[in-house]
Amino acid sequence: MALKTFKRGTVAPERKEATRNQAIQKSSVPEKVYLPLAEGPGEPAKPVVKKGDEVKAGQLLAEAQGNWGLPVRASISGTVEGIVERALVSGQSGKAIVIAAAGEESSPALEPLGEKIEDLDPAAIITRVQEAGILGMGGAAFPAHIKLAPPEGVTIDTVIINGAECEPYLTCDEKIMEEKPEEIVKGLQILMQATGAKEGIIGVKGHKKKALEGLEKAAEGLPAIRTCALADKYPQGAEKMLIDAILRRRVPKGGLPFQVGVVVNNVQTAVAVKEAVLDGQSLLKRVVTVTGSGVNEPKDIEVYVGTLAAEVVEMAGGLKEEAGKVVHGGPLMGISQHNLDFPLGKSTAGLLILSEEEAHLPREWECIRCARCVDNCPMFLNPISLANFSQFDRLEDMERFSIMECIECGTCSYICPAKKPLVQRIILGKGALRAAQRKNAGRD
Amino acid sequence: MEDKKLLITPAPHIRSGDTVPGVMEGVIFALVPAMFAAAYFFGFAALQIILTCILACVVTEALWVYARKKDVRAYLGDGSAVVTGILLAFTLPPTTPLWTAALGGIIGISLGKHIFGGLGYNVFNPALVGRAFLTVSFPSLMTNWVFDGVTVATPLEHYAATEYITSYWDLFVGSIGGCLGETSAILILLGGAYLLYRGIIDWRLALGYAGTVVIFALLLGRDPIFHLFSGGLILGAIFMITDPVTSPIGRKARWVYAIGAGLLVMVIRIWGAAPGGVLYSILLMNATVPLLDRYLPDRIFGEVSKK
Ligand code: SF4
Ligand code: SF4
Repeated sequence: MALKTFKRGTVAPERKEATRNQAIQKSSVPEKVYLPLAEGPGEPAKPVVKKGDEVKAGQLLAEAQGNWGLPVRASISGTVEGIVERALVSGQSGKAIVIAAAGEESSPALEPLGEKIEDLDPAAIITRVQEAGILGMGGAAFPAHIKLAPPEGVTIDTVIINGAECEPYLTCDEKIMEEKPEEIVKGLQILMQATGAKEGIIGVKGHKKKALEGLEKAAEGLPAIRTCALADKYPQGAEKMLIDAILRRRVPKGGLPFQVGVVVNNVQTAVAVKEAVLDGQSLLKRVVTVTGSGVNEPKDIEVYVGTLAAEVVEMAGGLKEEAGKVVHGGPLMGISQHNLDFPLGKSTAGLLILSEEEAHLPREWECIRCARCVDNCPMFLNPISLANFSQFDRLEDMERFSIMECIECGTCSYICPAKKPLVQRIILGKGALRAAQRKNAGRD
Repeated sequence: MEDKKLLITPAPHIRSGDTVPGVMEGVIFALVPAMFAAAYFFGFAALQIILTCILACVVTEALWVYARKKDVRAYLGDGSAVVTGILLAFTLPPTTPLWTAALGGIIGISLGKHIFGGLGYNVFNPALVGRAFLTVSFPSLMTNWVFDGVTVATPLEHYAATEYITSYWDLFVGSIGGCLGETSAILILLGGAYLLYRGIIDWRLALGYAGTVVIFALLLGRDPIFHLFSGGLILGAIFMITDPVTSPIGRKARWVYAIGAGLLVMVIRIWGAAPGGVLYSILLMNATVPLLDRYLPDRIFGEVSKK
């Protein structure tokens, strides 16, 4: 079958060999975990425990606030050491609940919702997804229950499970697809039950044969569920590109997937949904790829949420002497970190450690207006013009050239022969435009 | 490791292997077959002109870069001055005196490129600026087609004078009169195929330009093949209209630019001074590029229709 894909975009190197052929390794319980009160766009949760409290894994530590908020649950059993202000990912800081490990892992804190998926109440599923603290595990950290509850009157006909994993180096999703295909399919069925979707599709790159075969087997006898083999292109895993590739539907400008009747969830999110609904298990662990030439034993590790990056890197044999850069996420969209002193979140898909040599970006040249950035932008934007407008604070032009549509995939910077920091300038420009719009709104 | 300095840079943390010098090297490589053709048809004179132009362009570029207090070695390293030199030479008749060729290079790089701020900022194609300057300043030198005692007038001039149509075979393979780079369409196309394969030139520009010429010729009842393979049109379509710096960035703007230039070629050839069609069509359209890019934004992903 012909591989499905979207228009434009680029082919990035894979570099997944280091971890591809190893099984997922389970991490031992860390000494401490640091659980941020907020991850993703929701409001910070309100703590309901205090210093010295004994807590069990899965126990509620902080209550969700607002529609978008998620609760915080203990990822390990132990003692609450306090609530501290500390460094989190990407140079940001915020409040986190600290738990020192003690005691055994315990039984799940929630009851399973039921056994037969087709008997489950959609609203109950959505509530459970929030209770279990589930968010977009592909990196976006978007609260999952919000996606599942589109505005009144919207019909969702398809749920897509995103197994594209288009960032180079990362293999955690691929491993999950190989090791837990049944869970993914069950998670998909639950998501379909929650949204009323008639069709469920799992999008996987065509060359990930083992993952595809496993999923197809798991979906045998389920006519509503199928896989879709995707071409090896970047950014195939971006929601809009994935929907376009699989269904040939284009999310309208400025819109969201529900507007074309689709909900997209990452493969690990699907597993988390299955565990929350059928097993009563909250989202306490996730698989992270620890890789790159700067780490001794690259591997995929199932870690407890809130484990410090330094500890996770030790599990992968520690840093090499020549390590020069630590990236939270993948190489194209990930954010470089000052050190390893930050806890991994539910949306941390990878820790990429590059050697000093690889860490330096190549020298910049003058833009030769070759238009490759334009011809490869999956959103059909004009990256170099946007970057220039941003540099000179030309807000109106940024708006006229639809800067807000940029999905920050980094394709433009990757492809540019002049090595211009295009996406960086565009992100700055988006920030400036947003700030200006807020200011205007305030004045009116 | 805590005291070790980790590098902080913006994403993405990996970059493609393509570089500006890599692109320029690709263009130079693609020009090699046509250089052989020039040497084959016009002998040593052709090589002298090519080398003179390259030298003039590179030295002029170096002086400008030095005057701007930039790192000369780093900036010359982009190879763009070499490309300009070769392209300029390709637009000259084999009879061009070397001092004239050099002057074309100096003017092309200075007025065509550096008064605008150097590579990436120039509005006009530097090689064509150099050539236009020579055409205006030394019209007789630029139309001296008596080479080694044989007249090597371009097919277009030949046609203008005698209505003689050079045979298709000669037009295509070479052995016709004309400027250095005009002689062998097939070797220019070979270079073009390589550039397309490397993704260095945009087929839309080449096709929009050449295609318009063909269609326009057909509509007017002229010989489309003759128009396509004469007057340096193939050279223009492969190496000039596709010059990234002086062509638009937007997709829609690129189409308008290329088609506009194609129309101008025919207008100039049919109602104007026949031989200069390619030269002036591209220079004129160069001037429209900032406007095209500004007022013809592309339709973006998920945009239904223009307001
Ligand atoms: S890809 Fe780079 S060099 Fe080419 S037009 Fe875009 S910014 Fe300029
Ligand atoms: S402009 Fe934005 S969407 Fe387009 S390639 Fe660059 S980062 Fe990706």
